[in-house]
Amino acid sequence: MNATEALQPIQPAKLVVKDVSKSFTTRRGWLQALDCVSLTVNEGEFVCLVGPSGCGKSTLLNLIAGLDTPDSGELVSDGQPIKGTGRERMVMFQEHALFPWLDVLGNVLFGLKLKPNLTPKDRIEVARYYLHLVGLERFAHANIHELSGGMKQRVALARALAPNPRVLLMDEPFAALDAMTREQLYDDLQLIWEKRKKTIIFVTHNVREAVCLGDRVILFSPNPGRIREEFKVTLPRSRDINSVELASMATEITRQLKAYTRPAEPAEPSHTAAPSAA
Amino acid sequence: MKRIIVAVCFFAALIAVWQSLVTAGVYSPVLLPAPNQVGHYLLNALADGELQSAAWITTKRLAIGYSIGCAIGLPLGLMTARSKYLSDTIGVLALGLQTLPSVCWVPLALLWFGQSEAAMLFVVIMGTLWSVLIAVDNGVKNLPPIYTRAARTMGSKGIHTLVRVVLPASLPYVISGMKQGWAFAWRSLMAAEIYVTIIGGYGLGHLLHFGRELNAMDQVIGVIFVIVLIGLLADKILFSPWEKFLHRRWGTASN
Repeated sequence: MNATEALQPIQPAKLVVKDVSKSFTTRRGWLQALDCVSLTVNEGEFVCLVGPSGCGKSTLLNLIAGLDTPDSGELVSDGQPIKGTGRERMVMFQEHALFPWLDVLGNVLFGLKLKPNLTPKDRIEVARYYLHLVGLERFAHANIHELSGGMKQRVALARALAPNPRVLLMDEPFAALDAMTREQLYDDLQLIWEKRKKTIIFVTHNVREAVCLGDRVILFSPNPGRIREEFKVTLPRSRDINSVELASMATEITRQLKAYTRPAEPAEPSHTAAPSAA
Repeated sequence: MKRIIVAVCFFAALIAVWQSLVTAGVYSPVLLPAPNQVGHYLLNALADGELQSAAWITTKRLAIGYSIGCAIGLPLGLMTARSKYLSDTIGVLALGLQTLPSVCWVPLALLWFGQSEAAMLFVVIMGTLWSVLIAVDNGVKNLPPIYTRAARTMGSKGIHTLVRVVLPASLPYVISGMKQGWAFAWRSLMAAEIYVTIIGGYGLGHLLHFGRELNAMDQVIGVIFVIVLIGLLADKILFSPWEKFLHRRWGTASN
């Protein structure tokens, strides 16, 4: 393989989550993070998982990443059961998780160095391509602590994209950034997604962000974590987070989300009204 | 440049104060020789090779013992950090022994190994080993789990994660532990050399000891000067580059 081949767009993967449950024993007791969750994400689809904290959306992401194993149920990527982490599924975390002992280029190279059949020269070429893609080629030799929060997440994005994964899993990657930086990253991420053709699962608690980015928005409710609702977003791309259509759709989803997040006993799944135990 | 001038002035002033104390005759010249006397001793000792040979023997002992201590302490620290059983056994032992001032190993080494090189090495290794072990253990235990998780998603596992992620991520701890280990080893070696005389292996500690026995204060001060100089050099050569690297990468200092 050479750098040109390593940079070829790769076929995005189809993900199937079937009846997956996962519980944790925490200090405060037993927690059903996911209860019989099923979800299919198509090749190249951009799916956003939305819900209040504790609804299991990050848990599901970790399961798909292979960082955790489910108590029961199946996770399948392109017909192959997910057993552990894999280069075809890369993760971007809320904290940038960049390695401070490496410079920017070193971080982007980290995953590439674990990819066989590439010469060191090819790897650097590939890494530089992705740094260029996120607009940071001038910062190749900068130290991580010298970058702003937005730049760090851009490096993290380049690092996740560099091994050319088929699935990109993003766990609230922009949550800690200021609004201006975030809006710029929404535009960039949409462009990159169209250019690099990835299946993306994006976890957020920001409904507007989800509507702006996703083909589909999936609503989770907590205790136990379940999928409550699903919305197809058909607004044309590239979307502007400040547009009126987007805002009105986000308002509608937020209204429903609020209904599920009221403190309530786990009730039968309801698609219309809120559980009335409050 | 300005910093160099300030530093030179400082040390010149220090020597000037010393000289003026001697000239004023505040202390007996037996107890406080003049700076030029000490310089004279140093030049003589250099001329007959005594000083170089002693410094070489001491540094060699230190280098060998310190390397062995690090070579054992580093992997052991990695292991105790990762296994609860090792942490409860070797980890506790290390913590206990680390609180023991390393000079305390000297009498034991003397009885076990006699007046030999082995006794010297043993003391240096004991000074190094536990500090390094505890530091690595601490560093690995304080590692943000996000680093290893991120590495796993990129296909890193086993030895690769250990060498490429765990070790560099705990580098700030490791370096400070190695520095502490060096300090302990250096101090205990000096104590051992002052206590233990080995024929054919006179280190700086021995010179210091003989200086006292001969009431040769110029020798005592001269040798102390050399010991300080070696300590400074070791710091600058061994640890400064690493500390600079840490500051640059982690952004922990402004200069």
